[in-house]
Formats: sequence, C-alpha cells, structure tokens
Amino acid sequence: MAGFNKVVDSYEAAMAGLQDNMTVIAGGFGLCGIPEGLIAQIQKMNTKGLTIVSNNCGVDGFGLGLLLEEKQIKKMVSSYVGENALFEQQLLNGELEVELTPQGTLAEKMRAGGAGIPAFYTATGFGTPVGEGKETRKFNGRDYILEESITGDFAIIKAYKADRYGNCIYRYTAQNFNPMAATAGKITVLEVEEIVEPGELSPSEIHTPGIYVDRIIVGNFEKRIERKILSSDNSNQ
Amino acid sequence: MSLSREQIAMRVAQEFCDGHYINLGIGIPTLAANYVADDIEVMLQSENGLLGMGPYPTEERVDADMINAGKETVTAATGASIFNSAESFAMIRGGHVDLTVLGAFEVDSNGSIASWMIPGKLIKGMGGAMDLVAGAQNIIVTMTHADKHGNSKLLEQCTLPLTGVNCINKIITDLAVFEVKEGAFHLVERAPGVSVAEIQSKTAGKLVVSNDVPEMMF
Repeated sequence: MAGFNKVVDSYEAAMAGLQDNMTVIAGGFGLCGIPEGLIAQIQKMNTKGLTIVSNNCGVDGFGLGLLLEEKQIKKMVSSYVGENALFEQQLLNGELEVELTPQGTLAEKMRAGGAGIPAFYTATGFGTPVGEGKETRKFNGRDYILEESITGDFAIIKAYKADRYGNCIYRYTAQNFNPMAATAGKITVLEVEEIVEPGELSPSEIHTPGIYVDRIIVGNFEKRIERKILSSDNSNQ
Repeated sequence: MSLSREQIAMRVAQEFCDGHYINLGIGIPTLAANYVADDIEVMLQSENGLLGMGPYPTEERVDADMINAGKETVTAATGASIFNSAESFAMIRGGHVDLTVLGAFEVDSNGSIASWMIPGKLIKGMGGAMDLVAGAQNIIVTMTHADKHGNSKLLEQCTLPLTGVNCINKIITDLAVFEVKEGAFHLVERAPGVSVAEIQSKTAGKLVVSNDVPEMMF
C-alpha cells in the first residue's frame, strides 16, 4: 500500500489489526448498505468481546447477525434490534449487553465523534430512560441532555463506487449511516461495489472524501432485501 | 362504530396540509399516505434518509438500495432527495419536519408518549421515534383507544417507559379525535355513531368535553 493507493486485495488485509475487545462502528440500515464481506471476515477471524456500534444488528444468519453465532459481540449500540431471535435470546441470557440509542442521537454521536466533538446537547430522550443519569441543561427554556460522541478502533462501511484515494459515493438509501461511520474509525475500511479510475467521480459528487478512508476492498454483495413489498401487495399511494 | 384501520388513516390524512413535509411511522400512519387529498402536495420523509418517498415498487423496479424506514422496498417520488442519517435527523431535530404521525402504547394528558418498550416483554428499541417526538413541529398519535383487554391507552400518566415528554398535540383513535393541551384530552370529534358517553367511559385520563362534539366527516 503506497501513497494514495488504499486498495487491498484480501479481506485478511482489510481487517488486519482487529483484536478482541475492540469497538467497531458499522454503516448500514437494516440490511441496506452494509459491508457484507467485512462482517463475514470478522466472523472468520472469530474476534471476541467486540463492541459493535450500528443502527441494527442484521438478521439471523446475515449481516451483523453472523457475529452473534459464536458470541463475538459483547455489547451492541443500536437504535433498533427487533429483527433477530438470536439477539433477543443472548440479551435475555445476559450474554449480550445492549445500549439502545435513539437513531438521530446515534447518527450524531458518530458524526460528532468523527469531527472531534466529544459531546453535544440534544432534546431527544429528555425525561425518558435514555436521559437517565445524563447531565441536563436548559437552553432558551427547553431541556436538553448531554450525549457523548462515539469513536471506534475500526469503522467498516459500504459504498457504491470509489477511487483508490478512498473518495466514494453511495447509492440511494444505501448511504444511511455510512458517511458518519466513515469519519469515526481510527481505521476505516471501505468495501465497495466498484473501483473507478481517479477523476472518474466528479469532485463535486463525492459523498465521503478519501481522507476518512484507510483501506478499500472490492466486494461481491448479495444485497439481501429484508422486506420486499410491491405496489400490487398494498395500495400505498 | 369504531373506525377501521383504513378509516383512522383517512382521518389522519385530513390533517395533511399543502406543502407539508411529513414523517409517517410504521403501521396506520403509513396507510395515511393512501388518502392524501388530490388537491394538495405533500412530501413524505423517511428517516433512513429519503425525502420524497414514493409508492412501493413494481417487481421490475425493486432495488435493494432503495428502502424506507420500515426496511420495505420503496421508490423515490419526483422531487425526492436522498441523504445520510445525520442529515435526516438534522431535518427532524431541527424542527424542519412539519408533521409527524406515529403509533403509541400509551399517551397521557400531559402529552407524554410511551411507544417503544414493554419491560420484560419487548426489547426492540426506539428507532427514530424519540428524535421525531422531540423535533417535529406538530405530532399526532394514532392508536386504538383501548388495548385488547379493554384498558384505556389515554391515561392520566403513562405507565410504560417514555418516548418523549409533553410533546403530543393530537390523538386520533378508532373512537375519537382529541387535542392534548392544558393537562387534559379535549374531545374534538367522535367517530360516526360513537357516543360521548362511550368515549368518556374508555378514557382514563382527564377529559374535557364541550357541549356539541361533531362526528368525523369522511
């Protein structure tokens, strides 16, 4: 890996340095825009005691749900974990800890973490279990709670196209948490559908500038759909 | 007669105003998108990062990269934009979304809402609901008036863990429409054929009833 060629040729190289008890921030919303191959690599490495920060925990047998199979996750920081029987079972057995975090707060924690902002005030969660034990402050007559930002030892993200500098673009709603996750990892690994020549992506269309990306690997994606609903199934609009 | 899910959704859609940006929660709120009046234009926000949510796709247009906040396949409407999750919640938390409609387990007469957790039973998470109730200009709850055991969901004080405090402006149930203000549920409309007495008997929280409560119009 020399200069600004961040492309690696194996998943082993992409995730090299991941160790037990590290924190990994993962992009994706449900199964949309998840770094499938990087997650599979973590499963293969069988790294234990991980703290995973991701909006969801995949489903049984796919996405981050894979890391539940050998109990690799110690703690999950998520906004919604309702798609996963194994998750619920490990949670109820006390084998897994979960920190349920409002979705916007989670996105902002990653964004702030990546931007060097250690904490921020938000009205979200005030007066609820989320606000318990947290510092509060009134601004202009409204109550806010102090939320601390998140950074990770690794961030794993998924994009549509990237160049070797790590400049990348996302496709449709596969963007979701990926841009924030990208900024918040000490080592950010990008799994991408397609590598393009430098200059092929217009500088003005880049979603995530390459400065945030340390390693790039080209993946093959299954892109599993969680809920396929067709216009004929339901009269929505 | 109590309203069907579709009728609740129809009544919800009457709250939509021309030019509004609206976030609809999963379930009955989402159904309301079917009943937007022909003479208005609204933009639906989906908190996973889509402003201008369109209908579900045809088989040919199914795209794994195009989903809504319920993780369902969806399309983008003309005029749509797509963005990241921080941007999406900047819209929500910054008060730019005009109206949020969401479901709930309980609402109390101070406008507090419980919608995300039943201790010992249900551990799924709040998703974006806490951000939505903290951020939107106007928040409407849709739910059945009572649970399946007949217990009122409109309470003096919520018993379940809260999603937000003092934030709900209006409630549309299968029996009635209420405004929530000054520490009470104010009955503003009743479902066709539902008596004020029935609504009173099924509302546990403080209820304010004026002399003449009109029936809903569809």
